[in-house]
Amino acid sequence: MHKKLSREDIARRVAADIPDGYYVNLGIGIPTLIARYLPDDREVILHTENGIVGMGPGDEEAPLDLDLINASKEPVTLIPGSSIADHTDSFAMMRGGHIDLTVLGAFQVSAAGDLANWDTGHPDAIPAVGGAMDLVVGARNVYVTMEHTTREGVPKIVQTCDYPLTGESVVDRIYTDLAIVDITDAGLLVTAMVQGLSFEDLQALTAAPLQLKQQIMRL
Amino acid sequence: MLDKTVADFETAVADVHDGATILIGGFGASAVPTELVCALLEQGARELTIVNNNAGNGPVGLSQLIAAGRVKKMICSFARSSNKLRPNAVAFAEAYRGGRIELECVPQGTMAERMRAAGSGLGPFYTPTSYGTALAEGKETRIEDGVGYVLEHPLKGDFAFIKAQYGDRWGNLTYRYAGRNFGPVMAMAAKTTIAQVDRICPLGQLQPEHIVTSGIFVKRIIEVQRDQHA
Repeated sequence: MHKKLSREDIARRVAADIPDGYYVNLGIGIPTLIARYLPDDREVILHTENGIVGMGPGDEEAPLDLDLINASKEPVTLIPGSSIADHTDSFAMMRGGHIDLTVLGAFQVSAAGDLANWDTGHPDAIPAVGGAMDLVVGARNVYVTMEHTTREGVPKIVQTCDYPLTGESVVDRIYTDLAIVDITDAGLLVTAMVQGLSFEDLQALTAAPLQLKQQIMRL
Repeated sequence: MLDKTVADFETAVADVHDGATILIGGFGASAVPTELVCALLEQGARELTIVNNNAGNGPVGLSQLIAAGRVKKMICSFARSSNKLRPNAVAFAEAYRGGRIELECVPQGTMAERMRAAGSGLGPFYTPTSYGTALAEGKETRIEDGVGYVLEHPLKGDFAFIKAQYGDRWGNLTYRYAGRNFGPVMAMAAKTTIAQVDRICPLGQLQPEHIVTSGIFVKRIIEVQRDQHA
């Protein structure tokens, strides 16, 4: 019997992998949790699409300040060293390759690193892309955090996405509740798995062929 | 003497014509020029095209304009309610599902850059954003050094409504924290930019190097009196 990582465990795992001095943009959901687990001995600078570079956590004691919010419209704080950009500069930071890393949620990721995370494709859904497409083409590294399968057990790592794409060949690495998978030129490479999970079991929960790194980490 | 100060909101928006394209600043509830939008509601112009990051932000302002059937088309990056627990784009959703309003969904950075192109005298430009996605369908594309690009066109406004913190009678503006968002780019992208500010300072009081939007981009400036706050 294998365990599954909690959302917090996944966030903690990603946080541990972010190098000192990185400029990072965190998406909605599990990625937001990462900010809580950044190691104290590293300076990781958080960027938000509405122009804050150097964003601190929200202060629950302080009254809501509408001019200090993140992309999810949640309250945030400024930290020593933070700066403010307008929207064109903020998106130049993304598209221009100045953001070292973005971590995003996903509906599906394909074997080639195609990402689907903006639209369910449901006919009744109102199309709303926000900054997702700008972020994925521009950030130097794109990590995805997600559950390995849907609640119904359907794999979210697939050969070809059937949800509408956010970007083509943009994802570099996937952190799931079961494994860490790198997207390489040679295909999907599993670099870590949870305790008690066999490679065959992981493959059965994944709708694209996986390869196993020789020395894997156990989560 | 150059004095762009306007005394009341009614005068500020008086010449907005039917069919106008209006760029409205703000991101979520941050730096939304609500008083200008409410004045437009009173003014009566119809068949409007509105460019705003969102398609309404609570019941007041843009949502009222949409509910009143005055908006023909929304150009925005995120037309869904950003808060599922407290839906804030309800009027838009109803109008959209009822087929009473058009939507052009544009990636947020592309929207900003299209306005920057308009304000900077540029023509169409290539961006990698949206390449290979549904939002690039029907658009011209090209591949350069192995990267796919999509051709996008400048986005110009007849009017821009923006909110800043301080200003002066020449229209110079400073912004408060992340309330800057779309203000500077919308100011440059419209024929007539109208800025509402918390305070109009005497000319020369704002530090030149702290001014974010030069008055050259601003046609009218109006101070929001406390009792006018919507």
